[in-house]
Amino acid sequence: MTAIDLGLPGIGGLDGVPTTDEKQTAKSYKSDQEVRWCPGCGDYAVLAAVQSFMPTLGLKRENVVFVSGIGCSSRFPYYMDTYGVHSIHGRAPAFATGLAVSRPDLSVWVVTGDGDALSIGGNHLIHSLRRNVNLKILLFNNRIYGLTKGQYSPTSETGKITKSTPMGSLDNPFNPVSLALGAEASFVARAIDSDRKQLTDVLAQAAAHRGTALVEIYQNCPIFNDGAFEVLKEPGERERRIIPLRHGEPIRFGGGDDGGEYGVVRDQATGSLQVRKVTEVGEAALVVHDASLSDPSYAFALSRLTDSSLAHTVTGVFRSVDRPTYDDEARAQVRQAKQAKPADLQSLLNGKDTWTVVR
Amino acid sequence: MSVDLGNDASSGDTEVRKLDRVVIRFAGDSGDGMQLTGDRFTSEAAAFGNDLATQPNFPAEIRAPQGTLPGVSSFQLHFADYDILTPGDRPDVLVAMNPAALKANVADLAAGGILIVNTDEFTKRNLTKVGYEANPLEGDSLSQYQVHEVAMATLTQGALAETGLGKKDAERCKNMFALGLLSWMYHRPTEGTERFLREKFAKKPDLAEANILAFRSGWNYGETTEAFAVTYEVAPAKLAAGTYRQITGNTALAYGIVAAGQQSKLPVVLGTYPITPASDILHELSKHKNFGVTTFQAEDEIAGIGAALGAAYGGALGITTTSGPGIALKSETIGLAVMTELPLIVIDVQRGGPSTGLPTKTEQADLLQAMFGRNGEAPVPIVAPCSPADCFGVVLEATRIALTYRTPVMILSDGAIANGSEPWLIPDISELPDISVTFATEPNAPDGSSEFWPYLRDPDTLARPWAVPGTAGLEHRIGGLEKADGKGSISYDPDNHDKMVRLRAAKIAGITVPDVVVDDPSGEASVLAIGWGSTFGPIGAAARRVRAKGMKVATAHLRHLNPLPGNLGDVLRRYERVVIPEMNLGQLAMILRATYLVDAISYTKVAGLPFKAEELQGVFTDIIEGGGAR
Repeated sequence: MTAIDLGLPGIGGLDGVPTTDEKQTAKSYKSDQEVRWCPGCGDYAVLAAVQSFMPTLGLKRENVVFVSGIGCSSRFPYYMDTYGVHSIHGRAPAFATGLAVSRPDLSVWVVTGDGDALSIGGNHLIHSLRRNVNLKILLFNNRIYGLTKGQYSPTSETGKITKSTPMGSLDNPFNPVSLALGAEASFVARAIDSDRKQLTDVLAQAAAHRGTALVEIYQNCPIFNDGAFEVLKEPGERERRIIPLRHGEPIRFGGGDDGGEYGVVRDQATGSLQVRKVTEVGEAALVVHDASLSDPSYAFALSRLTDSSLAHTVTGVFRSVDRPTYDDEARAQVRQAKQAKPADLQSLLNGKDTWTVVR
Repeated sequence: MSVDLGNDASSGDTEVRKLDRVVIRFAGDSGDGMQLTGDRFTSEAAAFGNDLATQPNFPAEIRAPQGTLPGVSSFQLHFADYDILTPGDRPDVLVAMNPAALKANVADLAAGGILIVNTDEFTKRNLTKVGYEANPLEGDSLSQYQVHEVAMATLTQGALAETGLGKKDAERCKNMFALGLLSWMYHRPTEGTERFLREKFAKKPDLAEANILAFRSGWNYGETTEAFAVTYEVAPAKLAAGTYRQITGNTALAYGIVAAGQQSKLPVVLGTYPITPASDILHELSKHKNFGVTTFQAEDEIAGIGAALGAAYGGALGITTTSGPGIALKSETIGLAVMTELPLIVIDVQRGGPSTGLPTKTEQADLLQAMFGRNGEAPVPIVAPCSPADCFGVVLEATRIALTYRTPVMILSDGAIANGSEPWLIPDISELPDISVTFATEPNAPDGSSEFWPYLRDPDTLARPWAVPGTAGLEHRIGGLEKADGKGSISYDPDNHDKMVRLRAAKIAGITVPDVVVDDPSGEASVLAIGWGSTFGPIGAAARRVRAKGMKVATAHLRHLNPLPGNLGDVLRRYERVVIPEMNLGQLAMILRATYLVDAISYTKVAGLPFKAEELQGVFTDIIEGGGAR
């Protein structure tokens, strides 16, 4: 459950955050607040996964901050016994950016939803990805507005019948992974609420990554969009739909002992990726997954294998590359300025041109 | 004063007249460098020891079509041998670099005033462009002024003929020619300008020398031609003893922010988005990272304040700067800061509104937005500087309030203050207030348990503890949802909400602010003129004029708009008539009438320009003589 060693230089996502030898358990991260999501909500599974995962990082609990926006998932910080802020709709990445820039000793996590991150907060999301601030963004995607009781969201499939779209929604949905890669995110991954093992693995890699890590988590809303991801959970269906990514391994899936009936191959003419039967194309033709490619077009091509029908869904880490983070660089500028020039306030106020009046 | 400019000409025949004050306006095309020219003349006046006040006026377009009325840019400077309060109502001297500048400004020139015109631009084409059917220099339409026609472009090109500079580049130095001529007329020191030009063009020494040459030619032109029979002297002003510098409002705000960081011992994080007329605060602050200042140019106004609030949550001094349209976008986050009770400084450099309005013009119509422009009962303290130099102290005062009471504080500056400049008595930093804060470090539950209650208030200030992440044992969650009194967990309890709304209101109402001071030299005035923000200068100047005529008027100025000074009600009730001049439709008047039930007279103007002292003199006189406001 350690992060993949991509053999790249640089510092880890948690460097500078104080650690502790004190034994922590999932319980250490449970606050005294009663959890108030609807029975059966996918958020419970994610909360449990995060609470179990956090102790493995060995961080001082007081140096962990969860920041959220507005929506069902954004209640998340109240349930974590860390520092937490439930901010306003869509703005969590902005708030977290100011916090991360000024406090390198904190591990800052953003919890957001498909409406919060991709509708009202779309601008802040793409800009935090572009800047590569050291934030971990968990995007709970249930393809519906839950807290406002069931309107379609920017990830709802076209034609969605909801309270606000009785004749079907008209908009084309976002693919959050494609969007993040378009913004040149340095770390992009996808997981499913019901797959604790993979979710935990992805969280570990996100935590170890220095820069903005976007983790899309498919999450079931049992009240307004129940079963949205059911086909990805049913035995027999999930094997031929989920395409799990493993760095350095051929992309192959479909169940069975031989590694899977299907594989992903590159169309040499267009560069796009396709799902083919391994028996037809041969093992050697399968694409070997490399999350460390600096050109995001490969990861983008991978992301296009997922569409809203969920015929296929790629999970795991699409992209994990090292590039400078905004917060590290901003602090470096301040350090550099301090070294170059002493903080002499009187001299600043005096400026260059003064005159003196004597009585 | 003698200036050795390396020529032998003598000005012995020129009469020297002594003046107590002069108002000069430089006007030209946006590309003519009028702001720079005005700025340099200001520095010369400052270096000489005059009191001064300036007022730039420029279009929102970076380069409107050349030679047109919308493209006119001007810079007005008032300098004197005594303490002045405004940039002056109307110029005594107008320098017009083209027909558009003449047309846009000549009506403001005082009768008998000096008009210096760059004749090279008075071509048929340029005249037609601004609707002059005949050349105004040829008829008698300007006969009430002392007109000096100077072919500035030709003379500058001539002077630079041997520098090897192209004709066009040489022509562009004509603003320095104008500056040289005016510097000669008013016996200004020149060393500063020459040094400035050498520094400005350090990487292009030939341009530096060309500009200096143009500047000297302007000076020599005045000295050697007989066109100018009179020069003028304005003696240094008798200001309070101390060391001064010239400062604009935006620079003073930036320095105030740096000082607030130092005096509070907190790192400063500015989260902002460029907007006229506030961007210069960002530009200035970004140069002072050595003071532990981080400047973050965000993707939008909302992210700017969001980052500032996030930094404040982490224990930094969070600041955001903007103008009215930006405040509209930041409102929801200001509300979050009210709810989470975190310190935050929000600077609104007001401009003409509504909507995009008049980006480069001044107005003070955001007062009610600052007071009430949020959903719910969301009180925010408001402090307003009255002049460019006052901005420095206002930031320290706003920071004191924000840190002591854990609240967002709004600073309302405006376009006239932001870009205007005046002498500033530089404070001794050892005398600046200590505004350092202490973070919570221990659990505080009244029941003696090891819990931390984030909303347990200080009984005196009603402020809640500021517990920053990284403090063991104080882990807590805050946010925009209503909090249970004390414990701070989410609460939808009706009585609790009522209590919390009142507690938040009481906290702001209970902020200690100094009493308002009344200026009434006679002690017998029955009329009080009260204002806020940049109307301080015109109100004070008008009061002086009224008093000089033997009438009595009291003045008072509000630096704190929320909460209002404790003695204000008594002060207002002490006068028979109260008049409130404002550059809006009566926003302070509405607040004072509602708060104190005083029948105040509201005098308003929303022209994008400051009040003239003459105008307010008339208003005050009418009221003193028994009339109402016009």
